[in-house]
Amino acid sequence: MAIDRSVVEKAAGLARISLEPDEVERFTGQLSVVLQAVERLKDVDTEKVSPTASVLPVMNVLREDVVRPGLSTEDAFANVPSGGRDGEFFRVQHVLEERP
Amino acid sequence: MNELPRSIREAGDLLRSRKASALELAEAALARSHADRFNAWLHLDDDYARKQARSADERLRHGDAPVLCGIPWACKDIIGTKAIPTTAGSKILEGYVPAYSATVVDRLDAQGAVMLGKTNLDEFAMGSSNENSAFGPVKNPWCADRVPGGSSGGSAVVVAAGEALFALGTDTGGSIRQPAALTGVVGMKPTYGRVPRWGVVAFASSLDQVGPFANTVEDAAIVCEAIFGKDPNDATMVEDFPNDDLRQDLDAGVKGLRLGVPKEYFAVKGMEPGVERAVREALAVFEKEGAKLEEVSLSLTDHGLAVYYIIQPAEASANLARYDGVRFGLRVEGPDLVETYRRTRGRGFGPEVKRRMILGTYALAAGYYDAYCVKAQKVRTLIKAEYDRVFDKVDALVTPTSPTVAFPIGAKVNDPLAMYLNDVFTLPVNIAGLPGISIPCGLSDGLPVGLQIVANSYRERTMFRVAAAYERATQHHLARPKEAVPA
Repeated sequence: MAIDRSVVEKAAGLARISLEPDEVERFTGQLSVVLQAVERLKDVDTEKVSPTASVLPVMNVLREDVVRPGLSTEDAFANVPSGGRDGEFFRVQHVLEERP
Repeated sequence: MNELPRSIREAGDLLRSRKASALELAEAALARSHADRFNAWLHLDDDYARKQARSADERLRHGDAPVLCGIPWACKDIIGTKAIPTTAGSKILEGYVPAYSATVVDRLDAQGAVMLGKTNLDEFAMGSSNENSAFGPVKNPWCADRVPGGSSGGSAVVVAAGEALFALGTDTGGSIRQPAALTGVVGMKPTYGRVPRWGVVAFASSLDQVGPFANTVEDAAIVCEAIFGKDPNDATMVEDFPNDDLRQDLDAGVKGLRLGVPKEYFAVKGMEPGVERAVREALAVFEKEGAKLEEVSLSLTDHGLAVYYIIQPAEASANLARYDGVRFGLRVEGPDLVETYRRTRGRGFGPEVKRRMILGTYALAAGYYDAYCVKAQKVRTLIKAEYDRVFDKVDALVTPTSPTVAFPIGAKVNDPLAMYLNDVFTLPVNIAGLPGISIPCGLSDGLPVGLQIVANSYRERTMFRVAAAYERATQHHLARPKEAVPA
């Protein structure tokens, strides 16, 4: 299926990726070609077929619920971008508006 | 020592007869790796390698050292290594240093193997040419203006160029087997669920597996024995198979085995005559060795690509949601949180990753999910069933690994669909979760051709048996690129 710029812009928005105008242009053409190629799945009769959930012959995988050592706090913060740590917390920009 | 031994077995003999130390082996590998002219390495850690080599020598002196003790190896930079940078070939992870190692790395460490460093790859393993690395393309040692294949291009090249004795890669749709084919080495993808993925950067989780690059089939089996087996940290694994000695049948030959040849694989658009010729010659070798060849049909081969290019980007778009500039990696600040995410990801991801994030998000979006994702998973069920039927009749399949030999750098970079077609013979194997290996089967116009052998799930032993029989009957695995030797 051929798609237009608005489809690429919408999906990029959902994926939280900012694109330059020339990228939108280029990806629209390239992804149209790829989507046309995957269209052919319509030709396969899957009326009575279940979708694959896993290729493994396993269902639930359980283990004993025992306390084990994990990452230390310092290890967890070791790669934090500058300004991203506030004591024992990761700092993010505010997402809620203040009440008037 | 200027050149590395030809195999892990040869190196082991040198180490155990005291003709060379692990430290000498490591120094030789480091010297060659620093002279690498193919952009195959992202990070070499001499001090770490020397430290590991010294402890290996200690263990070798005390006897009963494991088979990989003192063997220098290379790690694809998508596999996490404690205290050693891990970038996945992406700007978004530049400077990232993991707090723990992947289980596969821990297992090789436990054997006393000596890690030299981290190898270049397509960003987040998305690519078939290694041109999508944020740190520049890898070149093919057989011809430096051609691609080495991808995504594990660096791992393939360091083995082909004699810089490391083996390497680890990851294979989601052919990312071990296709570069192995294009650089003339052995590359193997295990059955889905046999190798722990704890600590490996996730790409498409229903398809990804870790596996080895090596000089010989036996070496690949040795590495598999070291990394196979259940890990309590990975819930997507099968139970262990007791006493599954992968090398047990290496000398058994193929007499009486039934080998399937899928007719659709030779009708694929873009198949090069030189590749077909080399593979047909290989089939004749198997026949001469006593195997029974049977033409089989895998009628959904053409649909594999469509299934793959829905499932894989969909899973990737979910897995890569974690790169948001908050806890680790690149952060490009905007006026609000959503804008920070958008700028971070817009700046941090390269074009191929962006394309796949958009495609995957589109296929998962409300209104399209049933038509794309559910449909693809249904056709996946049919593809798996078709393999099941074929493996009732044959012990293994023999096919080309890739329709082409190494192509020029830049030739397909602006045509994603043409690039994706490189994996037409390898990705159905991931879709069905099967084990597959690529071994060298000769040259076409001076460039290596790969032969793929695929077995049923958990039948790695049969797969290695068939591959080893071919290797014994031919000399193709001994061919080495001329450009590998530093000037």
